[in-house]
Amino acid sequence: MKRKDINFLVVGVGGQGTILSGDILSAVGMEAGYDVKKSDILGLAIRGGSVVSHVRWGEVVGAPMSMKGTIHYLIAFEPLEALRGLGFLAPEGVVLLNTYAIPPVVVTTGELKYPSWDEIEARLRERAEVVYGFNATEKAQSLGNVRTVNVILLGALSNLLDVPASLWEETIKKYVPSKYEEINVKAFNIGQNLIKEEQKHENYGY
Amino acid sequence: MKAILSGNEAIARGAYEAGVQIAAGYPGTPSSEIIETIAKEYGDSIYTEWSTNEKVAMDAAAGAAYSGERCIVTTKQVGMNVLSDSLMYTVYTGVEAGLVVVTADDPGLFSSQNEQDNRWYSRLAKIPTLEPADSQEAKDYLKLGIELSERYDTPILLRSVMRVSHSKSIVILDKRVENPKKIDTFPRSIEKYNCTAMYAREMHPMVEERLKRIAEYAERAEINRIEWQDSSLGIITSGVVYTYVKDVFPHASVLKLGMTYPLPRRLIGSFAESVKKLLVIEELDPVLEEQIKAMGIEVIGKELFPACFELLPDRLREIALEAGLIKDESLKIESIKSDSNNDLPMRSPVLCPGCPHRSLFYLLAKHKLAVAGDIGCYNLGCLPPFRAQHTMGAMGASVGVLHGMSIADIKEPRVCTIGDSTFFHSGMPPLVNMVHNRSRGVVIIMDNSSTAMTGHQDHPGVDWAVLPTREAEKVDIENLVKAMGVKMVRVVNAFEIEEVDKGLKECLEYDGPSVLITKGECIFISHFKDTSYLVNEELCNACGRCFRVGCPAVVLSEEKHERTGKFKAKIDVTLCNGCSICAQVCPTKAIYQPEEGEVK
Repeated sequence: MKRKDINFLVVGVGGQGTILSGDILSAVGMEAGYDVKKSDILGLAIRGGSVVSHVRWGEVVGAPMSMKGTIHYLIAFEPLEALRGLGFLAPEGVVLLNTYAIPPVVVTTGELKYPSWDEIEARLRERAEVVYGFNATEKAQSLGNVRTVNVILLGALSNLLDVPASLWEETIKKYVPSKYEEINVKAFNIGQNLIKEEQKHENYGY
Repeated sequence: MKAILSGNEAIARGAYEAGVQIAAGYPGTPSSEIIETIAKEYGDSIYTEWSTNEKVAMDAAAGAAYSGERCIVTTKQVGMNVLSDSLMYTVYTGVEAGLVVVTADDPGLFSSQNEQDNRWYSRLAKIPTLEPADSQEAKDYLKLGIELSERYDTPILLRSVMRVSHSKSIVILDKRVENPKKIDTFPRSIEKYNCTAMYAREMHPMVEERLKRIAEYAERAEINRIEWQDSSLGIITSGVVYTYVKDVFPHASVLKLGMTYPLPRRLIGSFAESVKKLLVIEELDPVLEEQIKAMGIEVIGKELFPACFELLPDRLREIALEAGLIKDESLKIESIKSDSNNDLPMRSPVLCPGCPHRSLFYLLAKHKLAVAGDIGCYNLGCLPPFRAQHTMGAMGASVGVLHGMSIADIKEPRVCTIGDSTFFHSGMPPLVNMVHNRSRGVVIIMDNSSTAMTGHQDHPGVDWAVLPTREAEKVDIENLVKAMGVKMVRVVNAFEIEEVDKGLKECLEYDGPSVLITKGECIFISHFKDTSYLVNEELCNACGRCFRVGCPAVVLSEEKHERTGKFKAKIDVTLCNGCSICAQVCPTKAIYQPEEGEVK
């Protein structure tokens, strides 16, 4: 039976580990038997810019990026970047949001304002069918390594996809340095539990 | 075995599998990862170097290919302009072993000064050209390029674009096949390798004849293929745009050209005859379209699909819907068009906290000098708060432009800014020109010990190479410019703002060409990290001077000055690297470095 195509968009800020999480997501797709393509827009990411990665799983994937209105999962490492990616979301699309805000320089110098929580929530509700929001940065910090934010988000995402957790964990181990394997597996499990918890409540978790 | 590789990683893999022995290039986005991957993954099998510039890399590859070694040269699209001088003669001479030139173009200008379409070079240089659509093809075409290069005795051009080079897809890995050729003595084939006019006169007809043979190959090559669907619409396309076409026009018949020069006339002709309506969809210039029209074939091209920017699936779909080429099958286009999230604050790039360039740009802005600029991270000096690089166009151009300002005799002091790597790349000839012609102006060489913008590669001014195990000779810039005849040279510590200012003023006063070298390692080279600075809010008078150093770690405080009502400054301790530039410009000494432990 032909499996349904799945389109992902991973968005965040340079340094958050978005590229690596997109790489892991791609590798998991390949191991699960999908054709996979990925496209990164780095801009000047190393200097604090926005980072956008398209990942597509399918029987045969055409373009490495999805069209607007066709993304099934928007994985946002940062609220402002989530809003920027919203236009890509399919009507039935799901948003996974790290609620930890990183204001850009134009905000810290007072030229422009960061959108309020009410506004962010309103915009998300307008476009997205389901939003899972949680402070993954805080969870990563309490785990002892802020860089595990990306794997926490992947853990959450894994609950929504039909791929065994063992395959995720094996792939994550391949992509992180061996001395960080253990903490990343923990981070993955934290992420898994986040969504399980959320599913018991409302869709909006923050 | 299969792996997920980026286009650039796949090109590197292709070089490995094809038995390539030499890889050379100059860093440039989106091409840089090819050489880096070869050094990292296949450095034992392939000699790899970052050359001084693209032309130097091309000549080195020519010399090695004449010596019987398989070679690749890599460049970004604008580097091709530098390389092209040497590309032209290699097409005339041909090679002893395979030679592939890889150009990574940048439709959409993600990190370039223009959007030039290097497929014009195919026609200008008469070089057969392959255009991969994804990573598997990137690897396969590199190998095919080496094969064709040896079969037809010509260099081959492999044209990638950012969306191929920086996208990832699944690649089947194969084994390396070594070059069977071994040459002990350099060929003395003067008639073949010396392009003096009397021999070049013989070479040109051979190039034309060779192109005819390659065009015949193109007619039957597997990489030029027709995918038949509905014959009411036919589309000719190539490269990554092919993948967009497949998504947007799933029902159209497609002629995918893997080789875009020379073109298969008969194949194109028969495809055109078999479809009712024929489109050519290509990003940037109408390179295919004009050649196909010249064959007397009617096609729709640039009147529908613009020459500027990428033709991403979204854009293609919008054009196709408006032109009635496809029907809106499932997607609510209107709701997408009315996307209201375009009003959000942007994340514009800034010089990193701890960047050695910050002090100079603060001073250039403060003194309101006329500044000819160059290519590198320091071009961020053209953005607020500095606005202090007033020109930028090509590698090394700043020095020549400064000379032009001098001979035009503008009535104000003038300087140019050029990085260390860019100076070696093409800043030396114009500096010698300034010396010889007794120009006046300050050439500021901003020496941060790396080619920073493209990912911190080596250059002749450092003692390390792309392969960490290989030693490299460091060329000293100060001695070099002195030897070039510059009499006024000042070397200053980029992290000492008063020292930079003093050196700048001395150079400005000098009646002749002068060089100011600001030395300070890139934060990604030094990994410098000192205790974060803090702002004493009682001492801060909200003058805003520290904001003018343009550091992302210096942010607005919530506290206002009682009298002026302006916001005071605050330092984000998670970002601050402790370089002290903001503290050096603070007039009230409110910015201080606390004792270890005071920072929360």
